Amino acid sequence: MPLLDALPLAASESNLLAARELMAFTLAFHIVLSCIGVALPAIILTANWLGLKRGDEDAMRLARRWSKAMAVTFAVGAVTGTVLSFEFGLLWPNFMERFGDAFGIAFAIEGIFFFVEAIFLAIYIYGWKRLSGWAHFWSGVPMVITGIGGAFSVVTANAWMNQPQGFTLDAAGKVVETEPFKVLFNPATSYEVPHMILAAYMVAGFLVASIYAVGMLKGRRDRLHKLGLLIPLTIACIATPIQLFVGDTAAREVADHQPAKFAGFECIQETGTHQTEYLGGVCTDDGVKGAIGIPDLDSFLVGFSADTKVIGLEDIPADERPPANTLLHLAFDAMVGIGTALLGLAAWLAFVWWRRRAMPQTPWFLRAVAVSGVASIVALWCGWIVTEVGRQPWIVQGFMRTEEAVTEAEGIWFAFAGILLLYAALGTIAILVLRGMSRRWREEGDGTESESPYGPSPTPEELVR
Amino acid sequence: MSKADVAAVILWIGATLYAVFGGADFGAGFWDLIAGDAEKGERPRAQIQRSLTPVWEANHVWLIFILVVLWTAFPEAFGAVMTTLYVPIALAAVGIVLRGAGFAFRKSIRSLEYQRAMGAAFALSSVLTPFFMGAVVGAIADGNVPAAGNGDAFSSWLQPLPLFTGALFVASGAYLAAVFLVVDSRRSGAADLESYFARRALAAALVAGAFAVAGLFVLHADSSYIYDRLTDEALPLVVVSALCGLGVLVQLLRGARRGLRPLAIGAVVAVIWGWGVAQFPYLLPTSLKISQSAAPGPTLDAVMIVFAIAAVVVLPSLGLLYWLSQKELLGE
Repeated sequence: MPLLDALPLAASESNLLAARELMAFTLAFHIVLSCIGVALPAIILTANWLGLKRGDEDAMRLARRWSKAMAVTFAVGAVTGTVLSFEFGLLWPNFMERFGDAFGIAFAIEGIFFFVEAIFLAIYIYGWKRLSGWAHFWSGVPMVITGIGGAFSVVTANAWMNQPQGFTLDAAGKVVETEPFKVLFNPATSYEVPHMILAAYMVAGFLVASIYAVGMLKGRRDRLHKLGLLIPLTIACIATPIQLFVGDTAAREVADHQPAKFAGFECIQETGTHQTEYLGGVCTDDGVKGAIGIPDLDSFLVGFSADTKVIGLEDIPADERPPANTLLHLAFDAMVGIGTALLGLAAWLAFVWWRRRAMPQTPWFLRAVAVSGVASIVALWCGWIVTEVGRQPWIVQGFMRTEEAVTEAEGIWFAFAGILLLYAALGTIAILVLRGMSRRWREEGDGTESESPYGPSPTPEELVR
Repeated sequence: MSKADVAAVILWIGATLYAVFGGADFGAGFWDLIAGDAEKGERPRAQIQRSLTPVWEANHVWLIFILVVLWTAFPEAFGAVMTTLYVPIALAAVGIVLRGAGFAFRKSIRSLEYQRAMGAAFALSSVLTPFFMGAVVGAIADGNVPAAGNGDAFSSWLQPLPLFTGALFVASGAYLAAVFLVVDSRRSGAADLESYFARRALAAALVAGAFAVAGLFVLHADSSYIYDRLTDEALPLVVVSALCGLGVLVQLLRGARRGLRPLAIGAVVAVIWGWGVAQFPYLLPTSLKISQSAAPGPTLDAVMIVFAIAAVVVLPSLGLLYWLSQKELLGE
């Protein structure tokens, strides 16, 4: 029987791998832009508010420049997000067909948030010239709310995949009844949603700050650069300690509700108390090799006592264990490690500010800020690897395996190669465009964006005049 | 009217708004594409960019709305469409990426060479994307999507009706865009651009009208179910569309601008609802009915609530955006 199954399975296994890689890659690309879309508006409005309230020209200029950069990142994010919507159907049609009526509700709500965000983003970005200062400021506020609401909707859909509830299946496995509130507020919502929103604020904050830190390291130590570093960094540094608390809670919840995932990323083989916490290393069937082990700590972290029993992979059926345990384990460690290092950076800023009422400007501090942006993105990716790879082999935990969900369509590897090239070009051009804008602002001042395509030319009415 | 029917109407409203506003944005890309070299095309392209910049992203969200309503309210139909028409759908997705990114990048860079490359990506994909979307819609109308899904990846849409519908989508987008651009140019006070786009609106109206009439013949030869109903229950809407289209022609020939936009929108909307009426009660003619594919009641309730919220929150916001944009209060 297994021999008979092996042949047709080979094709679908290849499809499964291709679909998972494609989904992972496009999600990893998009998630960075989503973070910017969720959190950058708050950073921009902080600068805008300072500019209006205190008549601070530099803060105003920053808000204006950031909003122009956001116009580019939002456009790229809107199209890469659309690709993901298509991929739900193109790559995982059986998942959508079976669970779209439950899982989809969250996305319907996300649609509203995205809509309102797109509308007010346009009003804010293109309202600088002709709207009055405070009217313009308030036109930006809906972006902050819808960013958080949108993040809630999308992440709660993912939370549902981890802890599905709010639906009834008939004998054939078809959803016959739904309870939308239970879908939207599933148990994993309570930690996944705040974890991601805080991550968005950290990524956007550290990323923007890191750009100005690089500028300062190049000797551009004017007030604009200091403010451009300090505003986003402060916001990210406020989010960081809360994030570590939320993340710690999330790990405990995962240990309770998704023991296979927890055992996977902690690489626990045998069920028992007094589990050792391993940092780094390679995960093997005999436990972690080449790692730093801290006795009892894992049990303590799960239940605040070394006597806490933690389930090992031995108690998970072989065909329900997450794959690539070393990858999972290292991704988890990298996420926690980077988060902890960023907490150190936040403490550094807070300490110097407390002692001197000024931000630290030593080269080492600037270097730390300069790497914090990329580091926070790496932590973000690692977190998604932990939650997505850790849930495998399930697409809907306990209800549908990923291999059941995948399309039978051919050419997924081909599509993956095409998307890889397309996104490589997209990412490269986006970065070049943003760098070009920044260089232009530096060399020529603000307000020099070309008004029309194909060369600097006046607007139609100016031509008519 | 059952809950499932209401959900189908919501889906159709989303499709209508996307076809009108999103369609016009794609159509503007078509005019951008054929506007000639950098010097000749500079002013029309500038007007296209000014008209599109504040609104295209909001208009694009209607597509997301259609997708989420389809997969939430009618998951089986969604699965069937996706597993059959994945080739044109994937090509449309790539087109969406190139269109949006090309447009956003073009106005953020200075070098003429790169602007040209980005502009080409934007304009070319503005033509290909609605073509593939039209092919998807045509394949559904043609009855080429089996309810169980996994229909043939190529013969499902490489057929006369789907390809024709693709061409019709491109033409009607170009038609709407030209009419909108006439009004926008007039407001900008650019008389030469106004007549530039008026000439193109006239040409596009004739082409789109000819396509629509020819489409009826293709339908007649191809898909009797839709044709029968289009010439029966849906006939009033077909007539309305034809009258609106004629109205646009008359106004353009007279050089008048009054009612131009509502008439052009009416011509397109009437066709979309005519198609909807003709398909009823099928979601996938003639293999899957709306009622057979519908999600459980509470999910449909949720879709209706979401739509009600959208009507209260999104539509006024969208109105505000358009009002500010039309008042020329938004700009770079």
